[in-house]
Amino acid sequence: MTYKNRLDGRKNNETRQIIAKAGVIKKADGSAYFKIGKTWAYAAVYGPRELHPRFMQNPNKGIIRYSYIMMPFSGMGERIRPGPNRRAKEISMVSQKALNSVVNLEDYPNTVVDVVVELAQADAGSRCAGICAASIALADAGIPMKDMVAAVAAGIVDNTVCLDLDYEEEHYPEFAKEKVDSEHVADIPVACIPSTGEITLLQMDGIIDSTQLIDAVKLAKEKCAEIAEIQRQAVRARYEGDKK
Amino acid sequence: MNNDSQENMIRLLSEGLRQDQRAFDKFRDIEIEYGVVEMAEGSAKVKCGNTEVIAGVKLKLDKPYGDTPDQGILMVNTELTPMSNPRFEFGPPSIESIETSRVVDRGLREGHAMDVKKLCVEKGEKVWMVNVDICPVNDDGNLLDIGAIAAIAALKNTKFPEVDKDGKVNYKKKTKVSLPLLEEPLPVTVIKIGDHFLIDPTENETNVLESRITFTFRKDGKLCSVQKGGDGSLTVDEITKMVELAKKTVESNRKALDKAK
Repeated sequence: MTYKNRLDGRKNNETRQIIAKAGVIKKADGSAYFKIGKTWAYAAVYGPRELHPRFMQNPNKGIIRYSYIMMPFSGMGERIRPGPNRRAKEISMVSQKALNSVVNLEDYPNTVVDVVVELAQADAGSRCAGICAASIALADAGIPMKDMVAAVAAGIVDNTVCLDLDYEEEHYPEFAKEKVDSEHVADIPVACIPSTGEITLLQMDGIIDSTQLIDAVKLAKEKCAEIAEIQRQAVRARYEGDKK
Repeated sequence: MNNDSQENMIRLLSEGLRQDQRAFDKFRDIEIEYGVVEMAEGSAKVKCGNTEVIAGVKLKLDKPYGDTPDQGILMVNTELTPMSNPRFEFGPPSIESIETSRVVDRGLREGHAMDVKKLCVEKGEKVWMVNVDICPVNDDGNLLDIGAIAAIAALKNTKFPEVDKDGKVNYKKKTKVSLPLLEEPLPVTVIKIGDHFLIDPTENETNVLESRITFTFRKDGKLCSVQKGGDGSLTVDEITKMVELAKKTVESNRKALDKAK
């Protein structure tokens, strides 16, 4: 346990500053942006609307179709070539599954709810920011939901569990100002339904003990309750704004 | 009745009105925010009414084209995704996206916006490649003019990254050196509906236009690119009117661009 002073001075259970706003894309049925530090995700929701191709339709309920896109200039380093790649497709799939269990689309058979998420800037934690933005946008669109889905990445840096790593922490050995005991950095994105505490997205890459995994998930879960409150406030602010 | 039909639009215009109450020759107010994406070498967000665009610049060291071994490369791309507007689709770039990119690109190229020879690091071997990507967040028409303003603003905002001794780009560190910009070519699109000419069309107006022309001007008022669009035809008198209208507009747009920091 040697990582005591985080590179940007945050506490271990502290995220970067979060700014969330609903109703930012006029043409969409629901929309939001979610900024956490420099990471900046937009989400637009269209639907429920008829699903094409028809063979994908589900006669029992509507489905969510999630698309995660990085703007070509959004990341550190070289330009990202536009168009789907393996990473974006996988993130879209796991994000969709993170949201599926809270939306109730039984009243909308054969339809699709399209969720388009674009990252204007990605400084780590982009899939979690995308899910947070998408969840606000779904609520803004009036899609029936049991709860918000909140998401945040936990991480293990030099054997210490921390929340919401940024780019430099994800590459800690390179940026470390102190002696490093463990070269390993783990990234553990977690999405959670705050009212039940159930986890709807869990991934990890790195090398850690199983106890560290559980500690990280617990810490992320606690924070998700706070993030969900910020998300709900974003939706509320939108409709308070409408009244004026 | 469909409010957006051409007939209704012409009736409205005949009364001297636009759906958003604007004068026919009025460009929506231009709000420019520089440096919104720190990960990019340069960026800007431009908002005009309900159209909102982010443009970003990425630099890379690459081999030059064989026919221009001592020149850097400038490329413009537009990403029209279904986020900003459900009429856009995923998949290969649509013709609308290609036309937007190419007209902006041509304005920059033909207007000699960039001193591309100064982007050469080692003749025939290594030059800077400048990629400008235009990404709409909100689409309510005129992505071309507004995208071009964002592209120019992002280019003005760009700083070169550091290059290590072994010639590798260190994207984490930006220098204080800006791009060798010589010009700021700005396009203005004029559309024709019935007998009416409009500046800065919204999406509803674009949907019912008969013809349009995009004129790109340099700072000295000279044209550097022209593109006609739409199925309609135009008389020489009409084109004269349109170019005058565009020229008047580009001056105020340039003031907005110069004013923004």
